[in-house]
This record gives sequence, C-alpha cells and structure tokens, in this order.
Amino acid sequence: MRDVCIIGVGMNDWGELWDLSLRTIWTQAALAALADAGVDKVDAMTVGCMSGGLFVGQEHLGALLADELGMAGIPATRVESACASGGVALRTGFLEVASGLADVVLVTGVEKMTDCSNDEATAALATAADQEWEVFPGATFPGLYAMMARAHMAAFGTTREQMAMVAVKNHANGIHNPHAQYRRAVTVDEVLNGTMVADPLTVLSCSPITDGAAAVVLSDKETARRLAKGRPLVRIAGVGLATDRMALHNRADLTALNAVTAAAQKAYAMAGVTPEAIQVAEVHDCFTIAEIMIIEALGFVPRGQGGPATAAGETGLGGRIPVNPSGGLKSKGHPVGATGVAQAVEVTLQLRGEAGARQVAGARIGLTQNMGGTGASSVVHVLEVIP
Amino acid sequence: MTTPSAARLTREYPARYRLEGARCLACGEILYPRRLVCPACGAREFAVHRLSSHGVVKTFTVIHVAGSAFKHQVPYILAVVALEGGGTLTCELTDLVDQQPEIGMPVELQFRRIQEDGEAGVIAYGHKAVPR
Ligand SMILES: [Zn+2]
Repeated sequence: MRDVCIIGVGMNDWGELWDLSLRTIWTQAALAALADAGVDKVDAMTVGCMSGGLFVGQEHLGALLADELGMAGIPATRVESACASGGVALRTGFLEVASGLADVVLVTGVEKMTDCSNDEATAALATAADQEWEVFPGATFPGLYAMMARAHMAAFGTTREQMAMVAVKNHANGIHNPHAQYRRAVTVDEVLNGTMVADPLTVLSCSPITDGAAAVVLSDKETARRLAKGRPLVRIAGVGLATDRMALHNRADLTALNAVTAAAQKAYAMAGVTPEAIQVAEVHDCFTIAEIMIIEALGFVPRGQGGPATAAGETGLGGRIPVNPSGGLKSKGHPVGATGVAQAVEVTLQLRGEAGARQVAGARIGLTQNMGGTGASSVVHVLEVIP
Repeated sequence: MTTPSAARLTREYPARYRLEGARCLACGEILYPRRLVCPACGAREFAVHRLSSHGVVKTFTVIHVAGSAFKHQVPYILAVVALEGGGTLTCELTDLVDQQPEIGMPVELQFRRIQEDGEAGVIAYGHKAVPR
C-alpha cells in the first residue's frame, strides 16, 4: 500500500442553517478543503451521508455533488454507515489512494438535518438502530445510550456528575472553535438540571441536530510533498473499521463498545503504536456516556475508569490525553454524515499546529474515532506528522 | 416511518405474538427472532424455541422524549430483558405500582398493544414486561 497524506481540510460554520441547502454547505466545505490543499482537480470523490433521503428527500449524492462542484465526470459515490458515514468515507478515500487507483481524492461528509420536523429527524436517526426489534417496542437513540449509561453506572459506579463533566469539558473547548454550533460554556448543574430526555441523559447530555459539512483532500506522499508549502506533512498511519451486534440487547456486555476496541486495535497495529502514543483524540461523543465508554475502549484509561478520569481532567486541554479539543459532537454539532470527516479536519489542524486557542501543544500523533448506531459500526484513524 | 406495514406485522406474528425464536442445533444459542445463520457459531440448522416469559431486567431507562408513535405514552420505562433459558429483548416495562425499576428486577412478559396505529390502520401488538 502507498502512504496516504491529508493535504487539505475545510468545513463550513455549523448550526441550524435554514438559509442554506445541503448542496451549498457541502460545496462551501469542499471548496475550503481544495483551497487549503492548493488543488483544483481531484481524481475521485466520496460523500459520507447518513440519510439524504430521509432528511431532505435527496439520494444519489455522489453525482449531484460532483456536478455541483463543476466536476461531473469524476468517479463519485455516497458512503453510508449511519453516524459513522463520514469516517467510513475517509477510509474509502484512503483505500483509493493507498491502492494506487487515484492520486488525489476529495473525501467529504454532509448532513442537512433541520429541513424536516424534529419528529422526522428523530425517526430518521432511529433508522441507525434495529427498526424491528429496538425501535418498534419503543426505543429512541437517547434511550439506548441511556440504557448503556445505566449499565455502566451499575457495573463501575459511574456517576451523573462524571458524565456531565464530558459536556462541560467539550463545551469549554468548543468556545475556541469558530466553526462550532454552540460556542458557550455549560456547568455541571446546567447539564444535570436540564430537561430529561432519557434518564439519566438530559438535553445537555445529548449532541444537537446540526446542518454541516466537512472535507479533506487526500493524496499520495509524493504529491503531498510537492504541495506542502513548508507545512508539516500529515499521514494517515492507521485505519480500522469494525462492527458489533446491531441490537444492544444482543450484546453480552452492555458496558463495552467492542467495535471501537476492534477498530482501534487494527488502526494501532497498522500505525505501529500503542494507545499511550496518542497525544490528541477526536471521539464520537454523541452522548456524554459515549465518550466515557469510548476512552475506555480505545485503551486511554482502564475499563470502568472513564468517569473518574474525565472528572480528574485527564481528557481536558492540558490533560494527559486531550479528547475533543474541537468541542466534540456536543459543542461543535453533529451533522451525522459530516462528523467523521470533521474529526479528521480537527486532528490535521492540531498536528499542523494550526488549532489556535484550542491547540494541544506539540501534538505529533493523533486519533479519530467515529461510530454508528449504538456502536455497531466504528471506524478509527491514526494520523501522524511525518518528516 | 416507524409504524410498520400490515405485511411486516404479519411476517413478525410468530415472534411477536407467540414469542417464537430458534435454538441452534450446533451450539444451543437461543435466537430471537429466528434467522438463517447462528450469530454465535455460523450454523444453519435450528429447532423452533418458545421463549420463557420469565426474565430479569438487564438495564433500563425512563424515556421522556419519544418518537411520534410513542409520544402519548411518555414518560415510559424501556428495558433490556434477559429471559430464563436464553433470549434477550428490548421492551417496555410497565405496571409498576409504588416501585422503582431496578437492574436485576424479576419480570414477566405479557401480551399487550404496542403501537396504536400502523400505516394501514393496523394495531400492533407485542410483549411488555411487568414485575413478578
Ligand atoms: Zn450456533
């Protein structure tokens, strides 16, 4: 396999963008990434999107968006793995460059979630769970994560306050991200006393509904060197994708995210690193409990210690392993198909030293972790600066 | 979108109405509902297995914000129930009187109305857990 580098990154300002369409926000992000890379042509394109069909009634996004970018003719396709669509689109682009099929690939993610009603958006998101055996008897997405939270609390003594600290930390980070949807601090009390969604998860324990897009440009190492303009070269050193039993009730251990662990192990092995080597991580905090379970599954902290480690500040900016300096899904927003690509945008900026007030000093190796459903799909990338 | 069609409900009758699952003849895994390949061992030969209606709560939540089909029911308790002799499912936990839901709570499955109205005006039935 050839080395694959990230040579350009871009995203639009995320939020409830009633005045902008899916194709417009997507094009904004794509143009930003192409400009950052210094290229105006690509060999191929991928689009991570969970459900253009349900959110805006539009499928066939590969052709639509290539056309929108003035690039009708190139190979372009949409990639779907629920909320992991963006991360899986990145892996798809990686494979195209690594295999030699393409030299320059535009990897994108997009979701336009506010054109439909809240009920329709909730129903669309619920299609990432088992419709027949989870959603039919009454499950909602927050409900499924709430049941994981309950199991984690019972098994390890994880507290509501520890979970709330995930939201507090990520909102504190998001203040420094100009693209974030909610650039404001929240307190533990605000999280705990917010409207209950699914006990123990309150509204501030959940990531928001967001319109947003993100893009990265990938290339082989030689092309990347030619276009580097003196900037640090960021290589995708490891890639891992794994699946788990789809329905939560079919998993033997409700407190573990086995697909996250399996995807991480693949990515670590390919990159030749251990979890201790990771200096900055963007992870899928769709709900506060998710980040606690993910940092355990990635091996950043021992099983059951995600809550205490978060409360102790280990994952804060300046902590032992800063997690979600971008603000994470909680503060930055969660346009589901765009999230996995935006994670790569953030870690690339961190490794280039261009993350401004949220910069993790001296970061040379970072990780992204994106997942779909209740963790039935997870994709992990290890990124590193190379000479 | 979440309300099932009449055809789908009919397909799901054996599992939903009779708690009919399958037992893998190779490894003994209990599947609910039945499927064509055993997720535990990959075998494809099964015997029909009627699930026990007795089980315990593995985890639960109280849902306060629900999808459109369940809006009129909030707040309601949702649980993962592990059944005696094998099989797990997600279902509502109901009929609690002066009692808080708990992990480990012994429950019994009862046949109840699940959704008021499907796409074709069909009422969807299935099982809910009640304390025992
Ligand atoms: Zn078997």
